Amino acid sequence: MTADRKAKIVIIGGGPAGLAAASSAVKNGTAAEDILIIERDHVLGGILNQCIHNGFGLHTFNEELTGPEYAQRFINIVEEEKVPFLLDTIVVDVSAGATKIISVMNKTDGFFTIAADAVILAMGCRERPRGALNIPGYRPAGIYTAGTAQRFVNIEGRMPGHEVVILGSGDIGLIMARRMTLEGAKVKVVAELMPYSGGLKRNIVQCLDDFGIPLKLSHTVIDIKGKERVEAVTIAEVGPDRKPVPGTEETYTCDTLLLSCGLIPENELSSQLGVEMNRVTSGPVVNESLETSVPGVFACGNVLHVHDLVDYVSEEATAAGKCAAKYVNAGQESEVYRTDAESAGKPASEADKHAADIPIEIIARDGVRYTVPSTIHIDRMEDLQKIRFRVGAVYRDASVVIDFNDKVFRSQKKRILAPGEMEQVILKKSDLEAAPDLKTITIRIEEAPKD
Amino acid sequence: MNKITELTCIRCPIGCQITVTQDETGKVIDIKGNSCPNGYKYAGNEVVNPTRIVTSTVRVEGGELPVVSVKTAGDIPKGRMMDCMREIDKANVKAPVAIGDVIISNCLGLGVNIVATRNVDATL
Amino acid sequence: MIDVLVIGAGVTGSAIARELSRRQRNVVVLERGLDVCEGTTKANSGIVHAGHDAKPGSMKAKMNVRGSEMMEELSKELDFPYRRNTSLVIGFSDEDRKTLEDLLEQGKENGVKGLEIISGDEARVKEPDLSDKVTCALLCPTGGIVDPFLLNIALAENANTNGVEFRFGQEVTDIKKSGDHFTVTAVDVSAEKTEAAPDNNSGEGIGSEGYGSNAFTTTYEARAVVNAAGVYADVFHNMVSENKLKITARRGEYLLMDRKTQGFVNATIFQCPTKMGKGVLVTPTTHGNLLIGPTSVDIDDKECTATTADGLDTVLEKAGLSAEHIPTRQVITSFAGLRAHEAGGDFILSEADDCQGFFDAAGIESPGLTASPAIGEYMAELINEKYPAPVNKSFDGHRVGIPCMSTASAEERKELVSKNPLYANVVCRCELVTEGEIVDAINRPLGAKTLDGIKRRVRAGMGRCQAGFCTPKQMDILARELGIDQGDIVKSEPGAHMLEGRTK
Repeated sequence: MTADRKAKIVIIGGGPAGLAAASSAVKNGTAAEDILIIERDHVLGGILNQCIHNGFGLHTFNEELTGPEYAQRFINIVEEEKVPFLLDTIVVDVSAGATKIISVMNKTDGFFTIAADAVILAMGCRERPRGALNIPGYRPAGIYTAGTAQRFVNIEGRMPGHEVVILGSGDIGLIMARRMTLEGAKVKVVAELMPYSGGLKRNIVQCLDDFGIPLKLSHTVIDIKGKERVEAVTIAEVGPDRKPVPGTEETYTCDTLLLSCGLIPENELSSQLGVEMNRVTSGPVVNESLETSVPGVFACGNVLHVHDLVDYVSEEATAAGKCAAKYVNAGQESEVYRTDAESAGKPASEADKHAADIPIEIIARDGVRYTVPSTIHIDRMEDLQKIRFRVGAVYRDASVVIDFNDKVFRSQKKRILAPGEMEQVILKKSDLEAAPDLKTITIRIEEAPKD
Repeated sequence: MNKITELTCIRCPIGCQITVTQDETGKVIDIKGNSCPNGYKYAGNEVVNPTRIVTSTVRVEGGELPVVSVKTAGDIPKGRMMDCMREIDKANVKAPVAIGDVIISNCLGLGVNIVATRNVDATL
Repeated sequence: MIDVLVIGAGVTGSAIARELSRRQRNVVVLERGLDVCEGTTKANSGIVHAGHDAKPGSMKAKMNVRGSEMMEELSKELDFPYRRNTSLVIGFSDEDRKTLEDLLEQGKENGVKGLEIISGDEARVKEPDLSDKVTCALLCPTGGIVDPFLLNIALAENANTNGVEFRFGQEVTDIKKSGDHFTVTAVDVSAEKTEAAPDNNSGEGIGSEGYGSNAFTTTYEARAVVNAAGVYADVFHNMVSENKLKITARRGEYLLMDRKTQGFVNATIFQCPTKMGKGVLVTPTTHGNLLIGPTSVDIDDKECTATTADGLDTVLEKAGLSAEHIPTRQVITSFAGLRAHEAGGDFILSEADDCQGFFDAAGIESPGLTASPAIGEYMAELINEKYPAPVNKSFDGHRVGIPCMSTASAEERKELVSKNPLYANVVCRCELVTEGEIVDAINRPLGAKTLDGIKRRVRAGMGRCQAGFCTPKQMDILARELGIDQGDIVKSEPGAHMLEGRTK
């Protein structure tokens, strides 16, 4: 199949992940004109454009920025480097193979295909809708995901409603509790199904406590009233089985119900590509290079796993950009390797070593829900390798334990571990090389002995 | 009697639990639980004079978007947030707007400007 | 003077209206909602029943079998999704087997072709995800599935292009027979409830078109009235007849799963019927989703389409009997609909005994969707006999639907986009629906005026994010195409505003 256009690296998504990946690929030797960013919105920056609150960039820029400001820093780099990008363009299909064919369309150029050596998936994530939560009641207007409400308020200058109940204490929900309050709405309560919040602590303090908005943990919405527009919402306490406890119902009159009940990586294209998926993250399974099970296809940002901070998205995307650059550079240097690899569908020559070398498997256990990456090839890893993960419950004074082949290699004390916050451990290449016959690395939580 | 306040640090995502002890005059005599100097400073401030950054939007005339996002360029007293919002709600700005443009200078006489945090082009 | 006034633009009213438009006459359809397909039709299983369930000789049996026979041809003529996916009625015991045998006999008597009882193992060969506990099944090769929204929309659109006028937001409040005609009064429910009362109550008088109006009420004069008002058909019938009808709203709750579940079952799986209906089914939809439900509970409130925790649990539990590993994690929405159950248990398709010119299409519960084309044909015959009219020579029964980017091939996509660049701008990511399709949905005959109207025509917002991402974009397009402010956009019903003013 001949494609209409060509690029070495196609980056799907022009949000924080895609932009950082592009900038990093340039820094690591891929010519800017060989990269192409495909963005479906009419501006770059992705969801950051509607995240007008501050708190971004403390790690990356050492200062506190708002979402649009943070995005603009990366947009500036991409524009200065003259990395080509397509706006208002949607990818409708990606086919795997040594050369990836990406089918895209937009209003200006119509429907066309792009051939690429490498693809970086950076499509981000979406919010869990009401239907997925099985909330009974009517289906009137006035039920929005927090992100939709955020777009209405911050971009369109419209109010979704004036009396608000929020289900879920994810960060967007907390941020919207404050935004709606500042814009004159009355946020009556935030109900959270779990016994802990899914959001960052600082958001609970600044967005709820500052405005006296109650957070009811272990509560959920059990009824929505109002046939045309929301008129009231009933919440109830839930027991340990997460089922409503009779007699604990409270009804709040309101015209709006916002949902902040989790984010799901947006992986339609990844599935089309046949990328192996992780059931816990709903994102692709990746190795140390953030490369998916399809060679030459990399993933980073919220499409890989949902992050808490954009700074970590940028960092991860920087790594993905570097690895993709390495991948296409290796191809350039050794045509043989590439052709063989392509025809055989697996790495050859120098890469033969890789094929022969079975990667070290990283196992998540005892409170660790998943890890990114899932495997490490020692010879391909950087001197320092970050392993990111999330825990499944709140732990105080517990230890993050790293086992090498079932033997404790290191144990780090943590004052607090919470599901809302992403954790990481850093592994040294030298330590991995020094470990004899290393097959598995386990990351687990060891709780402090109860006194 | 000393006064003890427990608070969650909001300077960074770690969210340290900090304990601040004040004497009967209100003077901070002890800060525990922070893991960095920012936290120390925050906790000391928070019990005496809590401050916040306010982010919102301002109406745009002739822009490709109806509103532009803005922030207080520095901290303002926590108790003045809603007053600050009233000033922001009254404001209007003509497109184009660029990041950093001062929309309201010295808002409420607090010595803090309201600045744009997004570029908004003028409509053609 | 209107020749025939139809109350209700659901699938029944629309099918009747289309059949009536085959003759030269003035037909007006009054609909309370802002769109077609706003009542019973909008929430049902989308099944084209084979026809073994209804008692032989009943109107249900006749209309079901005829409707099922008509559906394939009609789907080509009107361009709506229909697939003969076969159905299985499953049994778990010897007693169930007896029921299936009775159904088989009943089906044969009703004229259903190809019915056959197969073993549990044979059923599992066809449907590997069926429960191991299934011991026998009635195989119905003529069973099918249809997109209920598009069937309704297609019938109405085609009626409209053949001259039928549809008036929306018209809630009928009174029907009087005076001499040889009816005077029907309707209020405009699309007008804002908060607006001041109109100062002109006298109206403009009734014009030659057969209706006069003021700001809120309109009176219509019609020679004949067709009552296709779903759960309210008893109310309208009882306004003109002493032989009272009693229609009970029978609520059914459903759960819909992501298209990722495509292939979980290919046939429609029924359990043995009970006196409350055909039980909980497990079926693919024409778009590849998995649908389970409905429950069956009689309720007093004809408006109560709320789902309940108990109802949704019941659906999950009962569907779990048919197939144990239903992918419940993939649920994207739940909904409830109301069946119009008449106390007599059969469709009422006749002129009122004591009120000439008043035709009922009442008690249209399951298999009403399947039966709708047949009901349209049958009712039109009744009316043609009583009120003959010359053949409408310009009648054109064909309708071309909106092109669908999501199912188009690469070549078709290329062509669509080259003809209209709006087809390259994707609005709904989950279902791959483009601006071009949405603009078409709005600007067609009887086009969409609400977000739900767009959803039912082109599936924008029907996918796994349930319009989370595309709501603002859809509202932009709707406001632009209709020339209204976004603040005036409603989800579906009057008063269902999406936004409540501006931030500043």
